[in-house]
Amino acid sequence: MAEVLVCKRGELADGAVRIVYFDKHEIAVILQDGAYYAYRNVCPHQGGPACEGIRVPRVIDVVDEHGAYHGQSYDKEQMHIVCPWHGYEFNLKTGEHPGNNRIKLKKYDIVERGGEVYVAV
Amino acid sequence: MGNATGFGARYRDVDLTEFDTRQALEHAANQAVERRYEDFMIVDCDSHHYETESFKEIAEYIEDPVMRHEATYQGFSGGGINIGKGNHQEMGGRIIRYRARKKEIVPPSPHRDITLMRRWMDAMGTDVACMFPTPMLNLALSPREDIETQLAWAYNRWLCERILAHDTRIRSMLYLPFHNPEECLKVVNAFAEKPGVIGFMVTSTHYRAVHDNTYAKTYRALEERGLPLAFHSASGTGSEEGLRLLNRFMGVHTMGFSWHNILHMTNWITNGMPERFPRLKTLWIESGLAWVPFVMQRLDNEWMMRNSDAPLLKRLPSDYMREMFYSTQPMEMVNNLEMLQATFKMINAETQLCYASDYPHWDMDLPSVIYDQPFLSEQAKRNILGGNAQRLFKLDTILSDVKLQRRAARGGASPPQ
Ligand code: FES
Repeated sequence: MAEVLVCKRGELADGAVRIVYFDKHEIAVILQDGAYYAYRNVCPHQGGPACEGIRVPRVIDVVDEHGAYHGQSYDKEQMHIVCPWHGYEFNLKTGEHPGNNRIKLKKYDIVERGGEVYVAV
Repeated sequence: MGNATGFGARYRDVDLTEFDTRQALEHAANQAVERRYEDFMIVDCDSHHYETESFKEIAEYIEDPVMRHEATYQGFSGGGINIGKGNHQEMGGRIIRYRARKKEIVPPSPHRDITLMRRWMDAMGTDVACMFPTPMLNLALSPREDIETQLAWAYNRWLCERILAHDTRIRSMLYLPFHNPEECLKVVNAFAEKPGVIGFMVTSTHYRAVHDNTYAKTYRALEERGLPLAFHSASGTGSEEGLRLLNRFMGVHTMGFSWHNILHMTNWITNGMPERFPRLKTLWIESGLAWVPFVMQRLDNEWMMRNSDAPLLKRLPSDYMREMFYSTQPMEMVNNLEMLQATFKMINAETQLCYASDYPHWDMDLPSVIYDQPFLSEQAKRNILGGNAQRLFKLDTILSDVKLQRRAARGGASPPQ
C-alpha cells in the first residue's frame, strides 16, 4: 500500500475537490466542513466523474403522524456527493447511494501526518 | 505501512466556475478507448443542442416580418417555474453542464454548436449524430399555431445552412409543423434533398391524430423518397390533463415521455398505417424501451377479440411493431437484466434498435449502456450502436478523425464493418 500526498493541511479551501491521479487510480479528495474524504472518482452508474459535481444535503419529505405531507426539507446531517452526469447521489461519509447501499463509491482512507494529508492507495 | 509519496501522482483541482465538454466527458473518452470503439461506426440517432442559444440567428430566418420582430425582441423562453410548466431537467443545479455550458470557450469558427457537438461526439466515440433542438420539442403545445409553422421553416433553414452544410458528421431529421398538414408536405419537398437531412421528425407532444387523412400526402412523399419518419417524445409538461396531476418532475418524465409515443403508436397500429404506407419506416424516439412490450401485449390481446376495430391489419400488432425502429434512450437498465433481455428480444433489437445518447440532456446514455450488456453478441452491439441506424438512414461508413488516429496508432487494423 502506498500513501500518496494530497495536499498540505490548509492548502485546500473548504468545499474543494482535488483529483489525484496515481498509477491507474483516479481518486477524488473532498474537503467538507473541515474533514477530508477520498473516493474513487468513477460513478457506478455509467462511469461519470462522480465527485466533480455539487454537494447537497439529503432531501426529505416532511410527513406528520397522520400521513399528511408538509413540504420538503434538507437533512443537514446527511451531506451528499452528486454525480454531475445524471445526478446519482452518494452519502459523503459512506459513499453509499441513499436508496440502495449496494451502489456505492469505492472509499479510500485518509492519513493526516506532519501537517500533510495523504490518501492510502 | 506503505510509502509516503507525492512522486508519480498528478493533481487537478475541480473548478465549477469553468466548463469544458472534453474535461466533463473525459471518462466517456476513456471508455471509448478501453472498448475499442474505433473498430466500428457509432451513430447516435438522438442528440440535442440548445437552439435558444442561437435564437437571434434563427429568428432572422422567420419570414413573417411581424413575428420576426416579436421573436427577436421576445426571445424563446423555455418556461420557468412561474408559469406552471416548470422544466426541471437540471435538477436544481445538480447536473452542472446545464448552466455551465454557457461558459465553455470555443473558437470563433466553426459555429459554436458544431464545436460543441464534435467535442462530445469525439469523447463518446460517436461518428455521426442526429441533432435535434431542445425547447422546440414542446413547440406544438403553443396556442399560436402560426408560430409553429414559421419557426419550423426558420429553424430548418438555419440548421441546413449554418450547421448541416458544414459538417458531414452532424445530421438531422427536420421538424415537421404538424399543426399544418400542408406545410408538412411543403417542408418535406423543400428540404428532403438538402445535405445532412436524413428524415423528418414529428414532436410527439401534440394533439393531432397521426392517422388523419390530411397527413397521407406527407407520409406518401416520405415513403417515396425512402426517408424515415420519427416521433420524438417529450414531457408535455402542463398540457396533458392527466399529467398535470404529477407534482414531481420524475413522475412527469416517467409518464410523459412514454405516454405520447404510446398514444401515437396505438393510433398508428389500429388505423392500419403500416398497411397503408408499407415502405414508410418509423423511428420512435426517447420513450425508453419498456413501453414497447407493454403496448405490443395490450394491442395483440385486444386485436384477437376486436379484429373488426383494426381490419386493415393482416398480422398481429406486435408483428408490425417489431418491424419499426426504436431509439435506446433512456434505457431502463437499473437492476432487471432478465426483463431488459426479454424486451430486446420482443423488439428484435438486433436489427431494429438504434443507439441514442440524448446528450447533453440530464438522462443521457453513453454507448457503454449497450456495449456492456452481457447478453449481446459483439455483432448485436455493433448493430445497435451504429449498423441499424446506418441501414435505416442509408449512411456511408464514416469514422471520426479521433478514431482513425487511434486505428492508425494501433497499425493496420481491419476496416470497420
Ligand atoms: S454516471 Fe454518475 S450519475 Fe450517471
